[in-house]
Amino acid sequence: MSGTFSDMSNTLQSTAATPRLRLRGISKRYPGVIANDGVDLTVGVGEIHALLGENGAGKSTLMKIVYGVTQPDAGSIEWQGAPVHIPNPAAARKLGIGMVFQHFSLFETLTVAENIALSLDKPVPADELAKQIVTVSQRYGLPIDPQRLTHSMSVGERQRVEIVRCLLQSPRLLIMDEPTSVLTPQAVLTLFETLRRLASEGVSILYISHKLDEIRTLCDTATILRGGKLSGNAIPRNESNHTLARMMVGSDLQECRLTPRQPDDMPGEIQLELTNLSLSTIDPFGTHLQDINLRVRAGEIIGIAGISGNGQKELLAALSGEALCIHSGDVRICGQYAGRLRPAQRRDIGLTFVPEERLGRGAVPALSLTDNALLTGARIGMVRNGLINKRMTRDFARDTIAQFQVKCSGEQAVANSLSGGNLQKFIVGRETKLNPKVMIVAQPTWGVDIGAAQMIRQALIDLRDAGVALLVISEELDELFMMCDCIAVLAQGRLSPTYPSAELSRERIGVLMAGGVPDTTMTSRLAEAMMHA
Amino acid sequence: MLNFKLERRPTPSHVMRIAAPLIASLAMLITALIAFAALGTPPLAALYSFFIEPLASSYGLGELLLKATPLMLCALGLALGFKSNVWNIGAEGQFTMGAIAGGGVALFYGATLGSLAIPMMLLAGIIGGMAWAAIPAFLRTRFNTSEILVSLMLVYIAQLYLAYLLHGSWRDPEGFNFPQSKGFDDHTILPLLFDGGRATYAFVFALILAALSWLFASKTFAGYRMLVSGLAPAAAAYAGFSEKRNIWLALLISGAIAGLAGVCEVAGPIGRLQPSISPGYGFAAIIVAFVGRLHPLGILLASLLMALLYLGGESVQLSLQLPAAITGLFQGMLLFYLLAADLFVGFRLKRSVRPTSSAVANAVIDTPQPSA
Repeated sequence: MSGTFSDMSNTLQSTAATPRLRLRGISKRYPGVIANDGVDLTVGVGEIHALLGENGAGKSTLMKIVYGVTQPDAGSIEWQGAPVHIPNPAAARKLGIGMVFQHFSLFETLTVAENIALSLDKPVPADELAKQIVTVSQRYGLPIDPQRLTHSMSVGERQRVEIVRCLLQSPRLLIMDEPTSVLTPQAVLTLFETLRRLASEGVSILYISHKLDEIRTLCDTATILRGGKLSGNAIPRNESNHTLARMMVGSDLQECRLTPRQPDDMPGEIQLELTNLSLSTIDPFGTHLQDINLRVRAGEIIGIAGISGNGQKELLAALSGEALCIHSGDVRICGQYAGRLRPAQRRDIGLTFVPEERLGRGAVPALSLTDNALLTGARIGMVRNGLINKRMTRDFARDTIAQFQVKCSGEQAVANSLSGGNLQKFIVGRETKLNPKVMIVAQPTWGVDIGAAQMIRQALIDLRDAGVALLVISEELDELFMMCDCIAVLAQGRLSPTYPSAELSRERIGVLMAGGVPDTTMTSRLAEAMMHA
Repeated sequence: MLNFKLERRPTPSHVMRIAAPLIASLAMLITALIAFAALGTPPLAALYSFFIEPLASSYGLGELLLKATPLMLCALGLALGFKSNVWNIGAEGQFTMGAIAGGGVALFYGATLGSLAIPMMLLAGIIGGMAWAAIPAFLRTRFNTSEILVSLMLVYIAQLYLAYLLHGSWRDPEGFNFPQSKGFDDHTILPLLFDGGRATYAFVFALILAALSWLFASKTFAGYRMLVSGLAPAAAAYAGFSEKRNIWLALLISGAIAGLAGVCEVAGPIGRLQPSISPGYGFAAIIVAFVGRLHPLGILLASLLMALLYLGGESVQLSLQLPAAITGLFQGMLLFYLLAADLFVGFRLKRSVRPTSSAVANAVIDTPQPSA
């Protein structure tokens, strides 16, 4: 092998075994940002290696370089000891590198086998392929039916298709990008079992995530990135969440504080009430809402757990007024029948809303923060007689920036020049400052760095303590446990009853997410894995 | 191997955004020189005849304002819609319907209305254009049809309707069977801006409307709502700005102004209704709106430039016997170069050197090995 000389002369590690993949001094620069700055990474044979870092730390760029999607500006890649250049994903697959992306690339209207056939570099006859799919899927505990249409499959099942698609090429290195962000706790366990089996057969796995518990449960070794640079290497099992987080963030974190309600506290008035809300969607791949009942009182935070795609989008639209309900009594806001009211009218009653898409929905990308303050702020006096009060709008934006520590060049900064976390702080700040009685927040900290996430959560908790009724929809269970008084689960368009957070366990939520059918063997294993984390 | 790719600029330059129309105009001039040379005319003489000669007299300046007026009016209305993502392509049709409605008032009620005739004609023109634009607005908000196609097709209906009237009941009985109406009475003709030219007070209306549209876009909440609807429709829905209201407003305003331009044209230089009342002002206004960066001041300048292209085209036809299509050629080139310049404001061309072939071969030769 051409690589042996350099290996021998190089390090002590190479005497043990040639690593499957070694990156040295990888740098990648984009206009305005350095995504990777001299990053080293080594993955051994049969090793499950975590790549850990906050959003924007450079994880995705590094993986795109390994998979041949982009080229590094500097640095070298060694594959099984030999230096290689990976010009495109086809070359990466040829080497034996497979990647499962965070966002799936499946055609909804095609079957599993058709989707897989599309991605193969060499054509395989259809019945042959179907057999291979069944063989591989059985061998690794990933049951899928090759003839099934993709649109009828759950997100977890789709991920299986993506994994099987990679496994068909017998990869030696499998890259998984945030694989659990769309899975129920049970599905996560199944995935872990598959990954462990693959590792025992000598397949190396690069596991990208920011979820510390998972990494400590699953991974043998970890590389931690911060701001595009290598921040450290670790054996996750020997670390605590706290020490890992410190390597990720670079400083200690402040926890947010939710003071539990005392039993003798007077319950607040019901401010948001859904009564037998059913709503069908025209989107062929959307979810119909069925018979949803929910009450949110003043001074409490209710969390809605569940995987996106189970009716979250539809429920949010029905709450905000972007979709009208059938009966005006389906939704009551501050006691008023609001089901047939439009978004502006619901805001007039006292509703504010933070949507999950920040750019393009919560804020207009091309407009300044001042102009974005006006988006929903018009009703608190920024508009008189149809004319815009520029000074008041500017002051409002300035106050929001100062109060929520939004990092930007000033109130004239354009919304899309802000990082996701800072824009979210601005939007949450704006909606908070509009004196809401009811506030609905979707995915409050999606893609937000840990520091900003804690600040946003604390702001929402402060609002609750000031007597506002809050509804938070989130995929992050940890977050819901951290900030909610009660939690309900949305699964397949149906909402479970609400339970006080203290009485709920992760396993119970997992069962509710799966539609309420408990699987005893699965749940006990789940409890074991999740509780010790 | 070299290959080029477009890379998005992190922050497009503001200066370049404003300079782009100037660069496009310059590129158009250079291409014009080449085109004149290819046609066998001395390029500099042709340029003089095209761009300088029309402006050499006060009559010529009047003609410039006369041609710029309908362009500017139509473009002001269209720009408002374009900014809010409503694509009214049929200003030419709304212009024609405005002319028909205002002309009808002049022909049939001009005598009875007396001194009220002109205000009533202008009002009728505005309503005519608005009504014609209401059709695409209704179909879009009710059945989600494309306002681009509907407004465009309505142009031809409006023009044929005008021809139908002029071949039928509106034809001047003493007009030797020409398909045209009677000439308008003097008191139904717009007063001239200055003696020795044909420009009318319509140019003043256009200036006033430019100022109003600037106020509307930058100071009023209604203007802000339309801007948000154009930039980010989902954000408009989130904030509770009605999409339907936006579509109606954009189409009615642009239709109304195009209708006003139409009636001003027949009640001005033409002085009667005839089958051809516009050399494509409504379409050229689309170019004017974009060359003017959808901003009132830019539109004022762009409409003067476009008017000069019309005048220059006529001038070289007369003095150098060049074909009439030259005006269209220049208009098209201007838009083409503007779009190209805009592309380079947002993106830059990057030369990327492909990896050497040996490096690629390396990856292919290093085939995966069986597991260790």
